[in-house]
Amino acid sequence: MKDNFYENIKMPVILMALYIVLTSGCKNKESGNNEIDKVLNEKEENKKTEIAVEYAVEAPPFSDGTYPCTDCHANFAPNPVRRKLVDWHDDISAIFNHDSENRWCLDCHDLNNRDYLKLASGKLLDFKESYKLCGQCHGEKLRDWKVGVHGKRTGEWNGEKEYLLCVHCHNPHSPKFKELTPEPPPIRQEDIK
Amino acid sequence: MKNKNSRRSFLKNISLATFSALALSGCDMEAFDQFFQQNFKTLSKKEKDRIIKNLEIKYKEKYGKEFHVSDKPPIEGTLFGYALDLSRCIGCRRCVYACVKENNQSREPQIHWIEVLQMEKEKGIDFAHSTAQYNPEKVPEKGHFYLPVQCQQCRNPQCVTVCPVKATWQEPDGIVVVDYNWCIGCRYCMAACPYGARHFNWGEPNVPAEEINTEMHYLGNRPRKKGVVEKCTFCIQRTREGKYPSCVEICPVGARKFGNLLDPDSEIRYILENKRVLVLKQELNFQPKFYYFFGI
Repeated sequence: MKDNFYENIKMPVILMALYIVLTSGCKNKESGNNEIDKVLNEKEENKKTEIAVEYAVEAPPFSDGTYPCTDCHANFAPNPVRRKLVDWHDDISAIFNHDSENRWCLDCHDLNNRDYLKLASGKLLDFKESYKLCGQCHGEKLRDWKVGVHGKRTGEWNGEKEYLLCVHCHNPHSPKFKELTPEPPPIRQEDIK
Repeated sequence: MKNKNSRRSFLKNISLATFSALALSGCDMEAFDQFFQQNFKTLSKKEKDRIIKNLEIKYKEKYGKEFHVSDKPPIEGTLFGYALDLSRCIGCRRCVYACVKENNQSREPQIHWIEVLQMEKEKGIDFAHSTAQYNPEKVPEKGHFYLPVQCQQCRNPQCVTVCPVKATWQEPDGIVVVDYNWCIGCRYCMAACPYGARHFNWGEPNVPAEEINTEMHYLGNRPRKKGVVEKCTFCIQRTREGKYPSCVEICPVGARKFGNLLDPDSEIRYILENKRVLVLKQELNFQPKFYYFFGI
């Protein structure tokens, strides 16, 4: 009788347990899916906002009093003839070393509106987006810069980052990185008291 | 006479002596607490909070500033990795001193967690012919490249294996840390580290009060004492808050990259997937999470 009792009760218990396991499993799966969707949606949204603001960069490093350029240039008739500048911007002429044989001011600056840069396509470009101009030739560098591998980024490794423009480190008229004075060397081990 | 030297009287006297010594030592509960403080890993939340509060008070007394000592645990789902662009580094040593400032290293005697080695381009990566003592007017010098070395945050850290008291360990986010209160100063870890990344406080460390960084982590840049070993922690007090290490932020050429190895969108993963990468002394199988690469 006793054995029978146990045998009778065994089956329903197993079924019950199976039901619990299955339903709870399903539930977990569902909630897991929801979470994944949520994360994916968030990521999508993040991407959208990123595209909207593109790259958070520091303000372009203009020399004092040079911008807006039209302050002075409004008074001059634009002269598209390729020449070496002597009266004005001679400081730039002096250091200009950026494929200087083949290029000059108006390859990057716009003839009619000096407050803008000019892409090869003729499209005007704000100075804040000058990296696009640099990227016309240095495409590989631009690609690395966008993902934060070329150049310096500050901010958060898992959040908001601030980029420097190419021209913060490279003078656009003489782009080779300038030498620096090193900080003092470490004290030799034998000189530590 | 024989009775006086009995085992019983010896035990009685020794316990009396111990007790009076303790009493004479000035009832300094803090020193008592510190002496019996357990390994950081075994402390409860309550104990940690109490210890940290005491530390903040102690530091305030010593340096006259408000301190914040954190014991923030790792962020889940992170494994920190570092990459350094050998084609960019110009050997200016800005990172060395930014690290000293951020992490409150002793100024005198001097301790640097980062050592920048100058190497000859002709010889390639050759430690035997490298020097950390270069001091020209301007860097980079012609015909040379620079290879900064600091803790390589190995996945298989032998400094941890050799520690006889388990005062150093690898955290779940990959940072190898030291419990300065538990370290006995045996320097086994220094012998085990092939990168010279661990440094011993031979003297009482000395940090000027006006330069001390008040944002601290218990396992990171809190002031050390004489006789303990210290090392780079990827600026644990910064990186666990989401910030970049200070050597990354100071680098004028952007040669230093940092991020989460588990995040496929991180810059560190981009480097591993797209650049030519190497680790130092690969043959030892310590598996560093500090990669060198050529960005050009």
